[in-house]
Order: sequence, then structure tokens, then C-alpha cells
Amino acid sequence: MPGILKIALKLLINDRSKFTALLVGITFAVFLMVMMTSMFSGILTRSSSSVYNIGAKIWVMDPAVNNATSSIPMPDYVLSAARSIKGVRYAVPLYFGTAQVKLKDGTYQATTVVGLDDATLYGRPELLEGNINDIYADNAFIVVKDAEYSKLGKPGVGNEFEINDHRGVVVGLAKVASSGLFGIPTIYTTYSRAITYIPSTRFTTSYILIEPKRENDIPAIQQEIGKLGYQALTRDQFVGKISDFYTFKTGMGMNILLMTTISFVVGLSISGQTFYTFILENLEKFGALKAIGARSNELIAMILFQASFTSLIGYGLGVGAASTFMILARLRMPDYAAQITFVILGFALLMVLVIASVSSYIGVRKVLQIQPFDIFRG
Amino acid sequence: MSGTAISAENLVKWFGEGEARTVAVRDASFAAEYGQILYIVGPSGSGKTTLLSMVSGILKPNSGSVIVEGEDIWGMSEDRIARIRLNKIGFVFQDYHLFPRLTTAENVAVPLILKKMNWNQALNVALEYLDIVGLKERAQLPPYKLSGGEQQRVAIARAIAGQPDILIFDEPTASLDGDTGRKIIEFVKAKILDEKRCIIIVTHDSRIYEYADTIMKMEDGKIIGFEKNHAHEK
Repeated sequence: MPGILKIALKLLINDRSKFTALLVGITFAVFLMVMMTSMFSGILTRSSSSVYNIGAKIWVMDPAVNNATSSIPMPDYVLSAARSIKGVRYAVPLYFGTAQVKLKDGTYQATTVVGLDDATLYGRPELLEGNINDIYADNAFIVVKDAEYSKLGKPGVGNEFEINDHRGVVVGLAKVASSGLFGIPTIYTTYSRAITYIPSTRFTTSYILIEPKRENDIPAIQQEIGKLGYQALTRDQFVGKISDFYTFKTGMGMNILLMTTISFVVGLSISGQTFYTFILENLEKFGALKAIGARSNELIAMILFQASFTSLIGYGLGVGAASTFMILARLRMPDYAAQITFVILGFALLMVLVIASVSSYIGVRKVLQIQPFDIFRG
Repeated sequence: MSGTAISAENLVKWFGEGEARTVAVRDASFAAEYGQILYIVGPSGSGKTTLLSMVSGILKPNSGSVIVEGEDIWGMSEDRIARIRLNKIGFVFQDYHLFPRLTTAENVAVPLILKKMNWNQALNVALEYLDIVGLKERAQLPPYKLSGGEQQRVAIARAIAGQPDILIFDEPTASLDGDTGRKIIEFVKAKILDEKRCIIIVTHDSRIYEYADTIMKMEDGKIIGFEKNHAHEK
């Protein structure tokens, strides 16, 4: 490390109270920014969990559908029409709804019911226990063993429950990539059983899942489905549509944005003010350095280094604190919906660099304004 | 080495414009010789500090020139003047301006580090200079744990560590009691001044006038006279 930066480092870290205040400010800001954005990211991922878990390449739906759980049933001819489109390898119906499950102890639990195409079981989950063929047995259901599993009384294979006065038997336990957003358990059965057991509307197909022959066929399929008055979205498009709904139409995105902005402003205020005070207290010393012979670019390098060093340490501590908080939260709440992604880390780093830049700018301006002559005048 | 270390020709400096213009230094010319101590004396507001700032490359004059070892410094770029200050001029400020967050040795090493000397090497050289001012054993203490006189000596060690030819002291005894002030100047004269070095001291402390080789008197921005201390002439 060049000597001038070592001087800058010692000036910074040996002033323990200021250095601590700077670190606390930046760490706090990073912690809040990472927490807010991670929670939002977690919520968005959870909101699209069904789309990820079922894994179809193309989802056909009513254009008014804005998230996976609010499906609008489609008439059967749409399925027939989809199967006849050139480029479609196969198309299957999917039932997606909710029902009240009556448990052994007499209590009721709201549950997401996914009805898979009887012929193909397309979109089936990975089984932890049981045999997938048992889903064709009478009253058979597969229970997803996720964070909400305990709400069904932790049933094992062979356990029974009631669903809309029908008997239900657990024939398997499954795992999925992501739990749902609303904290309710998920059970799988066949499409025909789902529409039989659960009160339904005139039309029963929640979604049509399409497997194209080739990736290149997707635009043409989407166009043909569009001509029917329905919408065909790829998995990513559907996830994007759900994200847009939660971000822009529920107020959630704006609230998270506000909280993140407030975190940023708080961090910027604390660290900017503390760094400014630090520079002010050392202003005469910087003036003395100038008089001794330090050039302006050396003083700028010192200040940039001090601001960057503090910011990066604060960034590390903030990310560490947020990660620790999430780990601890998951110990108590396994379905805690927060996830740190590389995008979030990059965003927080960018914000921290902005804080460092603004703090440095204030400091650099003051230091460049100080004249060595002022040191002589005292 | 003998001859002129630094000279000023017709220096003029004013502050403000129009009716608010105040002339701080008027047509000042003088020369400081190697091996000598030049005092700039005068009452407060007489222009001593302004003149000192101009000759040390800190404050640009409105007119006139300053020649340091044959070069007109005010014809140079700001960075070049900074390098002249670093390499040829050592400063001892009135309030010392030591860094409280650095150790005494690190404070002394600052000009060496600015000269791009390796950190450990600079600290070793700093210890040598602290030894010269008798504070080697205090090298690891922060300056605020030293007395006023000791801090003054650390400031002197820092000023001479870069081996400048010209040393500039701004009111060196202003913060010290009479006895300590005299001891500091005696020390400077005995240990720091040599024939390769010129020392300029701004002061209005008449108790230390006896240590000067030449006393330059200022009043209202003008140099009103020079007084040689014949007791020092060989």
C-alpha cells in the first residue's frame, strides 16, 4: 500500500469514535437495503413458486390473469385448439385452486390443490415417499413436504383427511423447489379428481401447459393462442407478469422502494455527516500536508481511499448482518421469504459506492478549498 | 555552501478589491543567506506572515518574484511549487499541526512518505531525526501525550526530516513559556543550523531576538529596516 494511503488509513481507523460511527451508519444502511430488497425478492419468487415448481415451458391463460393463484377457468375447446396448433408437441390441462381440508382433529386448513393431467401427470413434483402411480388410487393425494406441511398435521403415507366431504388419502410426500407465498400447504392429485372433489365453475381448466416441439415454435404458438382470445406465456414471461403485478399493482413494490430509499438516505446522512465532521476536524492537518508539499491529487486519493475503505467494510458488515438475520429468522420461521441474490448484492454495492462518492465529494471540496496560507494565519 | 538561499524582489500582496482592498505587503525585497538565521519581526498586522507565505510558495503575490536556489517559483505550476516546498523548504507551524492519530515517529516520517520513501524506511529515518531532537524514546507516543516543547521539537524533526535547505518557523515560541522558547531556539541554532541551511523565523517575541543573525523589521506591510547581529559575525 502506498505510504500516503497508509497515513490516510491510520488517520481514519485511529479516530475510533468517528470510524465506528461511519461503519455503523453504512452497515445500518446496507443492512436495511439488503433486507428490504431480499424480502421483496423472496416474495416475488414465492409468488411465482407454482410456475417454477410445475416447470412448463408455455402457460396458456385468460389474459386477465395477473398471478398464478387467481386463474380464470377456460373452456375445453381451448385445450383442443392448443393441441391442434402446429409446433405443439403436447398440451395438457392443469387445475389450480384452493380448498378447505378437514383434519383429523376436526379443524380446517386452507390448502392449494393442484390437479395434474391424468394421462401424463405433467408437472408432477419429485416424490420423497410413496409411488407416483398410487396417485391413480381412490381418493389419492400427494402432500408437499415444505414449510407449510405441519399445518396439515404432518401426515404420513396412508393418513387420511377430508376435502369437501370427500375422503382423501395421502399416497406420497413430495418436495418442490419453492414454497408458496401465502403460507398454505399444497396437495397434488389428478385433474379429474380435483374437478370432481372441489366445487368448480362451469369451466374447469385453470391453465393449459404446452410443450413445444422446438424453441423456435414458441412465437407462432403464442400468436395462434392469441387468436383464440387467450394468452400464451413462456415461464419467464409468466413470472415477469406476476412480478409486475406484485410490484406495481399491489403497492408492495412502492413500499419496498420507499423503505429502500429511506435506508439509503439514512445511511447517506449518517455517513455523509460523520465523514464531513471527520474532514472538518482534520482540515487544518490536510492544509498542513498541502503546505508541506502534498499535491492535490494525493489529498484526493487519501479522501477517496478513506471513504471507499469505510464503505466497503460497512458493506461487508451490512451484508453479513442481513445474512445472519435471515439465517436466524429461518431457524424460527422456516418459510421466511427473503433471499439475497447477486443482483441485490450488486445493487447494495452500487448504493454504498454512491454514499462513498457523495461523502468523498463533500470532503474533497473542503480539502481543496483549504489554503496552506490559512494554516499560517492560524 | 554559502550565498543566497532565497530572495524576494518587489513583492506586493493585497487582499480584496475596490474600496475593500487592503495592501498586506508593499514592495518587499530581501535575501536570506545560507548558514544564517533571518528573523522577520514586527507588530501584528504588519505583513510578516503574508510575506513568509509568499516566499515559501504558499501564497501567490500580486507582483514580484521569489527566487529559491536560483529558480523563480511563482513562474511554476502549482504541483511544481508543491514539490519545491516538499524538497527544499521545511515548515514549523505555530500550532505545530501534528497529526494526533499518528505516532510521533509517523508524524516525522510524513514528508519522507510524501517523497515516496518506503514506509518502514521512512520510519527508520524518522527515528534518526527524533534522536537528533532528543525524542527517540517517545517515538511511539501520539503527539498529544507530549509537552508543548516536545511537540515543537517533533515539528522541527518533521521539518528537517526531508533535508530541506530552507527552514521556516512561524512564531515558534508563541505557544511556549519564555524558558522553553529560548531552549528551542538555542537548540535550533546549535543542532539544526549549518552552513548548508538557511532559517527564517517569523516572530514578535523580543526575548529571542539575540539568536538572530539578521532581523528584518516590518510595519504596515513595508520592510522598514534590517539589523545585523554583530555578536554572531565571525
